[in-house]
Amino acid sequence: MNRVRGYDEHGDRAGRQTRSAWWLALVLVVSTSATTAAASPARMALVDTVDAVQPKIVKIYGAGGYRGMESYQSGMLISPEGHILTAYSYVLDTEFITVVLSDGRRYEAKLLGADPRLEVAVLKIEARGLHAFDLQQVMKAEAGTGVLAFSNLFGVAAGNEYASVQRGTISVIARLDARRGAFDTPYHGPVYVLDVTTNNPGAAGGALVSRRGDLLGMLGKELRNAQNNTWLNYAIPIAELQGAIDEIKAGKLSSRRDMQAKKPQRPLDLAALGVVLVPDILARTPPYVDSVRAGSPAEKAGLRPDDLIVFCGDHLVQSCKALLAELEYIDYEDSVRLTIQRGLDLQELELRPNHRGAPEK
Amino acid sequence: MRRVCPALLAIFALVACRELSAAPEKAVLEAETQRIAAMDKAKNSVVAVFMPNGQGGGSGVVVSPDGYVVTNYHVAHPCGKAMLCGMADGNVYNAVLVGLDPVGDVALIKMFGREDFPTAELADSDQVRVGDWAFAMGNPFLLAADMTPTVTCGIISGVHRYQFPAGTLLEYTDCLQTDAAINPGNSGGPLFDGQGRLIGINGRCSFEKRGRVSVGVGYAISINQVKHFLGVLRAGQIVDHATLGAQVASDADGRAVVQNILETSDAFRRGLRMDDEIISFGGRPITSANGFKNVLGIYPKGWRVPLSFQRDGKRYDVLVRLAGVHGEEELIQKASGKPQLPVPKPEDSPKEGDAKGKKAPQPRKLPEGKPSAGESGGEAAVPEIVQKNFREKRGFANYHFNVLEQERVWNAWQGRTDLGAIRGTWTLAGPLEGNGSFRFVVDDKSAVLKLPSREDRWEAGEELGSSLLPRGSGGLLPALYLWRRLATEGLAGFGAVHYFGTAPLVGHAGLVDVLVGSYKGVDCRYYFDPEAGRLLALEFFHDDESDPCEVYFSEYHQSGNHWVPGRMEVRFGNEPFAVFKLQEFRVER
Repeated sequence: MNRVRGYDEHGDRAGRQTRSAWWLALVLVVSTSATTAAASPARMALVDTVDAVQPKIVKIYGAGGYRGMESYQSGMLISPEGHILTAYSYVLDTEFITVVLSDGRRYEAKLLGADPRLEVAVLKIEARGLHAFDLQQVMKAEAGTGVLAFSNLFGVAAGNEYASVQRGTISVIARLDARRGAFDTPYHGPVYVLDVTTNNPGAAGGALVSRRGDLLGMLGKELRNAQNNTWLNYAIPIAELQGAIDEIKAGKLSSRRDMQAKKPQRPLDLAALGVVLVPDILARTPPYVDSVRAGSPAEKAGLRPDDLIVFCGDHLVQSCKALLAELEYIDYEDSVRLTIQRGLDLQELELRPNHRGAPEK
Repeated sequence: MRRVCPALLAIFALVACRELSAAPEKAVLEAETQRIAAMDKAKNSVVAVFMPNGQGGGSGVVVSPDGYVVTNYHVAHPCGKAMLCGMADGNVYNAVLVGLDPVGDVALIKMFGREDFPTAELADSDQVRVGDWAFAMGNPFLLAADMTPTVTCGIISGVHRYQFPAGTLLEYTDCLQTDAAINPGNSGGPLFDGQGRLIGINGRCSFEKRGRVSVGVGYAISINQVKHFLGVLRAGQIVDHATLGAQVASDADGRAVVQNILETSDAFRRGLRMDDEIISFGGRPITSANGFKNVLGIYPKGWRVPLSFQRDGKRYDVLVRLAGVHGEEELIQKASGKPQLPVPKPEDSPKEGDAKGKKAPQPRKLPEGKPSAGESGGEAAVPEIVQKNFREKRGFANYHFNVLEQERVWNAWQGRTDLGAIRGTWTLAGPLEGNGSFRFVVDDKSAVLKLPSREDRWEAGEELGSSLLPRGSGGLLPALYLWRRLATEGLAGFGAVHYFGTAPLVGHAGLVDVLVGSYKGVDCRYYFDPEAGRLLALEFFHDDESDPCEVYFSEYHQSGNHWVPGRMEVRFGNEPFAVFKLQEFRVER
């Protein structure tokens, strides 16, 4: 029995050798480029891609740690000088953001800026010569593209341990049907919908790459469809984030302003605008509107209680204190543009101080 | 004719181009063929494990042709002593519980009915890399009515993962992480590499808030860890994991530093102190506390493992003896009580808060699948074959298998010896390596060492550990007394003997068999060559918190009807004591 089987194998092998010789001859006659594809098995390519991408993935630790609110997420290096792309979330809502590189090096990171409409943020660490994705080399993928997702989901990796890697395929590219009762997110743009469970706790900010390691997108936050209790696995194409990233790197959408800027002699304040914030009891109390005085500029602009003030002008304000500090740079006669979050929607309101007279129109 | 040639060439080129454009497809087809072959080969060793009353179950994988199956503790333990095992050939076999590893979540069971069960090929799981293809096989949701395993395919998402204990006991160290779907019922089943070789035992997932189904994050116990534990599991024991007796923490500079150390630990006696930096452990470089815990978790209690540490720029390389994590009673209580976590149903989706002081949500063990339809509940009668192969004893999962292993080791060592012929007074004599000569005289009441300058006489009193002559040996005379006692009295006459399992031994490649004899307040460990059955070493422990007297036997030669050692090296603590050349080995009646 064994001998017969051995014989068959041998015969088959001989046949294969003849065929491959013929095949090799063909390839050599016409072209040599096809041999490379045939020579590198798919699994080797994946292992190599993983090794090439891992140094660009970072673990981010910040606020949270309460029930259902993990205090960690993922991110990716987008410049050798330490710019890090990640998701804008409560994890970043702290003075102390820690970034851990794939080799275990640990840095204090600064929030350079964020765009809450895209839920994207850029961090900066003081480092040089890092492995990073080149945002000029970003690929656009199509449905059916095989992908790898890199993230520190569930906080599995710590220190110099590598991020988790998952393999899947882009199922479809579709606009995110973002609305209350379905997917609670302010982002309405196109997303890569994936066939693998990538968007787990801690995965937001992770990188979606092609099987060759080209950057395609950033993993978004967990999204549950409240109607049917299904979870969406998706990544936001980098092209959709590029504008916001450039603005943040250029100093806009930033929480920090130029300290050299001159303060007006008589700055604007909340009382003049008719805004009362919630009591400032935390180190970083989110600037929620508690009440709006009747007939005030705030009321006329349409500001309402429970609105969250996200931007004052072009500056990100993450706390009541930050908002007050920002107002110190605005003259009491100037109008101020506030970006507020109401439920899921982001709105821009223009508040014009009363003493400048009645609004035009 | 000549005119035809260009046309033919053109056609030839066209065909060639078509062939070329089809090249990726060919590669895909080849990959598919290879994948199918790997899965086809692997599936025969996969086992569906059922509770005898059909109340639930999981998966397993065959590791030896005589029917030993590795599965999860949390699958085997609820079954009690008997379980039913379905295989891909459609047959269902009776199986009995053999050994339990409650900390590592591993169990060993044995199927009956064949001596030629198809087995899985065990790979070296340290060679697995992130991005490698992997596939899981088993019985998720107990779907397979015909016992054909379900296969789910993915890649390796992480290696050397450390997962905190989910309850108070189950700890997954040095495990593999995969995105191949691992669902309830996959527990205990195999994770194979792309070539169909066994790399891990699936057992755990990160679930969190989405309900108890795969979210692409499954964990498998590395098969290298399982290999370390197979010997102690075959011994029919409830096995314990190891502790160094020292706490190790990561510091900011990426070093693993000793934060606390027990003065009674072997590590302390080997010179390890507070603030020392651990450089390597078990042959693996250590840079973090997780890395240290990973290595610690893959060894059973009682093994000696190489440890390197650094203090003031000086490096120390030692062999450290690992103690058990639990007290004996503590482990029995934990392992025999209710499962630490309730067995949830797949439809439950509880949310659990984070453990204190820990950032990651607790991954949980997989629940057993739902009972399959059509099987009746209630207590099933224990089959006769299981009754015959089960023996209850405190501290053991199934003492029957310990007896089997004891007898195997004994038969290989002394099985053909006429015990009556060696029961007299033993005289061992020859030169000492270095200088001088020696003579040991050992009988069933005493042991004597005669040297040119002095004589040490040791009497076997009520407490064998009360006198440790000769001085500086840790008790060589009582050790030789216990050597003779086991050889002449056998398993039954010695006192209390049990089979420890397998362990590494200094100067010996691979694992060796270990018997432990307890008599008059002391323990003696006997290390046997698993092939030749020879006694390689013995260690005499006069108490749990001191170094043993280590005696190594080598240069075996035939003397009369049996093999005797020609060289005996004695060590105590960190120092060699003496080397005895056994030129004369005489038994007098």
